[in-house]
Amino acid sequence: MIVVEIRKLFGRRRTWVSIFLLCLLPTVVAVFLSLTDIGPRPGEGPAFLSAVLSNGALYPAAALGIVLPIFLPIAVSIVAGESIAGEATTGTLRYLLVRPVGRTRLLVAKLSSITLFVLVAVFAVSITALVVGLNLLGSGPVVATTTVSGTPLSPSQLGIRTVLTILYVGWSMLGVASVAFFLSTLTDSPLAAALGGLSALVGSTVLVTLDAADNVRDYLPTRYWLAWVDFFRDPILWRDIERGFLVQGVYVVVLLGMAWANFTTRDVTS
Amino acid sequence: MITTHGLTKRFGRVLAVDSVDLDVREGDRYGFLGPNGSGKTTTVRMLLGLVYATRGEIEVLGEPIPKHVRDVLPEVGALVENPAAYPHLSARTNLTILDASGPPTDRASRRNRRQRVGEVLEQVGLASIGRRPVKTYSLGMRQRLGIASALLGRPRLLVLDEPTNGLDPQGIREIRELLVGLNRAGTTIFMSSHLLAEVEQLCTRVGVVDRGRLVAQAALTELRGETGRTLVRVGDPAGAVGLLDGRVVGRDGDRLVLAGTTVAEATARLVQARITVHEAAPERRTLEDVVLGLTSHGSDRVDGDGHRTEQLQP
Repeated sequence: MIVVEIRKLFGRRRTWVSIFLLCLLPTVVAVFLSLTDIGPRPGEGPAFLSAVLSNGALYPAAALGIVLPIFLPIAVSIVAGESIAGEATTGTLRYLLVRPVGRTRLLVAKLSSITLFVLVAVFAVSITALVVGLNLLGSGPVVATTTVSGTPLSPSQLGIRTVLTILYVGWSMLGVASVAFFLSTLTDSPLAAALGGLSALVGSTVLVTLDAADNVRDYLPTRYWLAWVDFFRDPILWRDIERGFLVQGVYVVVLLGMAWANFTTRDVTS
Repeated sequence: MITTHGLTKRFGRVLAVDSVDLDVREGDRYGFLGPNGSGKTTTVRMLLGLVYATRGEIEVLGEPIPKHVRDVLPEVGALVENPAAYPHLSARTNLTILDASGPPTDRASRRNRRQRVGEVLEQVGLASIGRRPVKTYSLGMRQRLGIASALLGRPRLLVLDEPTNGLDPQGIREIRELLVGLNRAGTTIFMSSHLLAEVEQLCTRVGVVDRGRLVAQAALTELRGETGRTLVRVGDPAGAVGLLDGRVVGRDGDRLVLAGTTVAEATARLVQARITVHEAAPERRTLEDVVLGLTSHGSDRVDGDGHRTEQLQP
């Protein structure tokens, strides 16, 4: 069943188009940067985009920073929101359940395909960015690859930290996915589920910047999203990364639990 | 094959199904009749474990539902409301995906999947459909695909909700012949419908549901019993009315409806009086009479109270 679901998702042109579009944005940004050589001033614009002008090897991380706030969550939300509600809309949900596919099994299969989508999307963006970055922005002398703190970084260190970033961003996206996934078991409209996931995200982003919401800030899902920048400090600043990992984990576990509890007990009338 | 006791489903305030006791036996072609909105589809969904009953018990193939739904459903083929398929894929791919999603059985294994897909497409008349995506199919073709997917697992029991929806008369006949053939080969068929003619031509047993209640359940021949009246068609209707004075309760041209007599007695008297008899038979109830007598309007008819109309007229 898991294999069937994965083939269903990745057999669709729509899936590949969304991944292609995700890769397109950082590429366009890189083209502009290489043509003009004008980077945002340090501290402004997407996370450490200013640093990549001198070194394309850092560009995968910068590219994730570009797609992280909006594009990646949109793609993930759509896929996760579509999962159960999409089957309900086409009417195929009842035929799958009658086939029979156990309800828990169906959820696990859907979740697996969503997780794989998140990983493929994040990896595709990183690899595209690496290729684009090295070609357009130049690799620069290896020793000149520096951390945000200004100390040098060896290629292998850079590689490890980039992979950690990919995993951290992927984990954060799984948080978004679980909101949309839960909503997808609740409604028969994939659009409502996807937009619901995005609203949760926007809501959280607004509250994070709000001083009056200080008390709850540390528990908001997007609070530690940008903590992956800390992978590029020397030494790695683990505090926020760990917290981000845990907070996200709680959201994922609770929301998936709710999705399961709801879907296995509800009447399927679609 | 299907037994329910006091099956009840409440959606909020609406009582969709109200203590229904179904009894479908092995080898039946069971017609589940009722007006739109009378609870047919909800009942079907409960039998398949899609909707959970508020009260009551369900047994399908001898196992309790929804508790053992996983053991039962591999031997059940179902069409619930409309057929559904992934619109961007072909019929063949749709069937293959659906089959691969569920557990294999002895009769429907992974190894014979290709063969089974070809077989059911042929059975429903979609054999040469090719690679066109389902979104280009007509309503009738989708219906055929829906029936094909119900047959895919070589089921012992078919549960079909409005199986001839969207089919043209030719298609309806084909599907009817297909279902009769499958039934002869040992498949029990439970179908719901609001089309009386369809049930009358296909089914051996009938259950009539109205506003969520099962108001009748019997063999078709039993429901369509004789009314005790006699129908005759005669050459000289006026003479016949004079002759059989008091017995004639209805007249339509040369057709007379007689009460308090038998076919033998009526024909004997008419022939003695030298009145030609073209036809004579005991009157039987049509399924339509039976069902209309038992049921109320479908819930899709919403009558106004007349108050508004009065206000609008000057």
